Amino acid sequence: MSPLVISHCATANPLGLGRAATLEALVERRGALRPVDFEGAPPDTWIGRVAGLEEQPVAARLSEFDCRNNRLAQLGLRQDGFEQAVAQARARYGAERVAVIVGTSTSGIEHCERAFRERDAHTGRLPPWFRERHSLSLFSVADFVQRYLGLEGPAATISTACSSSAKAFASAARMLQAGFADAAVVGGVDSLCLTTLYGFGSLELLSREPCRPCDAARDGISIGEAAGFALLERLAPGTAGVALAGYGESSDGHHLSSPEPEGEGALLAMRDALGRAGIAPADVDYVNMHGTGTPANDRSEERAIVRLFGDAVACSSTKGWTGHTLGAAGITEAVICVLCLEEGLVPGCLNVRRIDPVFSARVVVEPESRHLRYVMSNSIGFGGSNCSLLFGRLA
Amino acid sequence: MSAVYLESVGVLAAGLPDWPTARRVLSGAQAFDAAITAQPNPLLLPQNERRRVPKLVRWAIAAAQEAMSGAGRAAADVTMVFTSSSGDGEIVHKLCEAVAAPPREVSPTLFHNSVHNAAPGYWSIGAGSRQGSVALSGHDASFAVGLLEAASLVLAEQACVLLVACDLPYPDPLSAQRAIEASFGVAVLLTHAPGTGALGRWEISIESGAESTRFPGTLPRTLASNPAAHALPLLAAVACDAAATVPLTYVGGRHVAVEVRPCR
Repeated sequence: MSPLVISHCATANPLGLGRAATLEALVERRGALRPVDFEGAPPDTWIGRVAGLEEQPVAARLSEFDCRNNRLAQLGLRQDGFEQAVAQARARYGAERVAVIVGTSTSGIEHCERAFRERDAHTGRLPPWFRERHSLSLFSVADFVQRYLGLEGPAATISTACSSSAKAFASAARMLQAGFADAAVVGGVDSLCLTTLYGFGSLELLSREPCRPCDAARDGISIGEAAGFALLERLAPGTAGVALAGYGESSDGHHLSSPEPEGEGALLAMRDALGRAGIAPADVDYVNMHGTGTPANDRSEERAIVRLFGDAVACSSTKGWTGHTLGAAGITEAVICVLCLEEGLVPGCLNVRRIDPVFSARVVVEPESRHLRYVMSNSIGFGGSNCSLLFGRLA
Repeated sequence: MSAVYLESVGVLAAGLPDWPTARRVLSGAQAFDAAITAQPNPLLLPQNERRRVPKLVRWAIAAAQEAMSGAGRAAADVTMVFTSSSGDGEIVHKLCEAVAAPPREVSPTLFHNSVHNAAPGYWSIGAGSRQGSVALSGHDASFAVGLLEAASLVLAEQACVLLVACDLPYPDPLSAQRAIEASFGVAVLLTHAPGTGALGRWEISIESGAESTRFPGTLPRTLASNPAAHALPLLAAVACDAAATVPLTYVGGRHVAVEVRPCR
């Protein structure tokens, strides 16, 4: 594929608001996980929470969209000069030629959870303030982002569990190639809710401590919330910066919530991304793993990495910092990959006491500082949905 | 060129239990009969899974397998694009009910079945497929949103795409907020080059101005409340073997136009 330049990107995640705060936390090895303090949540787990959402409703002109998830989306859009960059793109291409593709796993279900708590005792009716279309609906977040940015191009929500916002990049790249748009706002937003906290709890996948991807004694995930966005444009001659060089997708075809043990699906997605970029495994300098911190996920992904890269490539997961932001993991880690490429940083895994001794991949614990050409980001979701993104520095 | 070719169709709804029946109804050769029930039987799945999978997955896979039957392609060779406004409303209801008050116990199976990509996930398991797949939502525009994604895959990657759209009514009390009054599932197999049995050529564009999908007048109004059923006017043009320009409800104050041309 022709590379697409990431002309701007923005993040709001538990490490802080914006790219600078995120980079600073990565460099200082300051994780953001904290003991769960979300109302009604199960005890004995840790979460990554974005501060201040309770006090920041969505813009008055879009008040019907007000819910935790869209507040988080708005907070993400307000970081790193992103709104302004999109306004320029809108002026350059026309509002009809800028697409909006947003990944989410649960959209505004938290709004619906609260509505169910306030059902009428006699009729069972939901309270009048509940609006399905503007919160619960998976499309609500893409709809909100499109309206907030004043865009009129193609729009879609992608919801493939924890690969959602990685797959938004693939979808946008295809849409540009097919000619349906000239630029795309891609992103992902997922916010804390009881559904995911209790749901992952029921599967016994929640860690009792801050998650420890790649550690010998890892015992599950820490759920986080985040919003992130990137503006993708076709490459003009002489463009500098970071580009989406390739993407790859596959299905496990194995089980709805357990990874295929040998990582066959993840391997196919990574290979597909390399093929689309036209580069070899040796060209990749760092793999930002999906690395959720569950015993089975990390093991399966590690197998896939070793099968493709051997033990040469540096790999780590940044979920020990942010927690697993589910449908926003793809975009959050894409922004981290952009920061890594710009700064020449390989962040080591956080919270690792002893790397899993059965791993043969080169898992990085201590951060490394060096020039990076290409970095890969893996996202793996329920339903056996795999997506690998490849980012590269433009000369 | 943004043209894709339609290879085969699967349909599932009360009164439209399969594509041969739907084709006769949509071409006017047969009257719509709501008494004919839809019976989704996802034979692709192992027997022990068939009863356990969520209703929406049963419907989506049943429509998908009809489109694949006789298509001359292996189920494992197609990329599934799944689109649905709301996913499985019964699961949403059960999850929200479960977490509304202590003890807040969620069934692990219910939770993993709640992902919007459950249908493509189960499809990949049943078909033994490692092809990528995607799951989307566009509220009332879900069908056109899925069609754009499918067309992009066909045009950019020359993929053979099985577009599956399915929506089912919400249970109470969510139904009061979002009335989907009839169940509907559809699957269309789209390719970049016309095969010998191609049913039509679809040229897809996004046009200015909001226009809504125009439902065939011979069908009950309840179907028009189902986002997946926005496929029906396209299928009607195919059934009539006629050239037509079909507007579809889209987003951003615009509409999708599909120029349908028969393949002869």
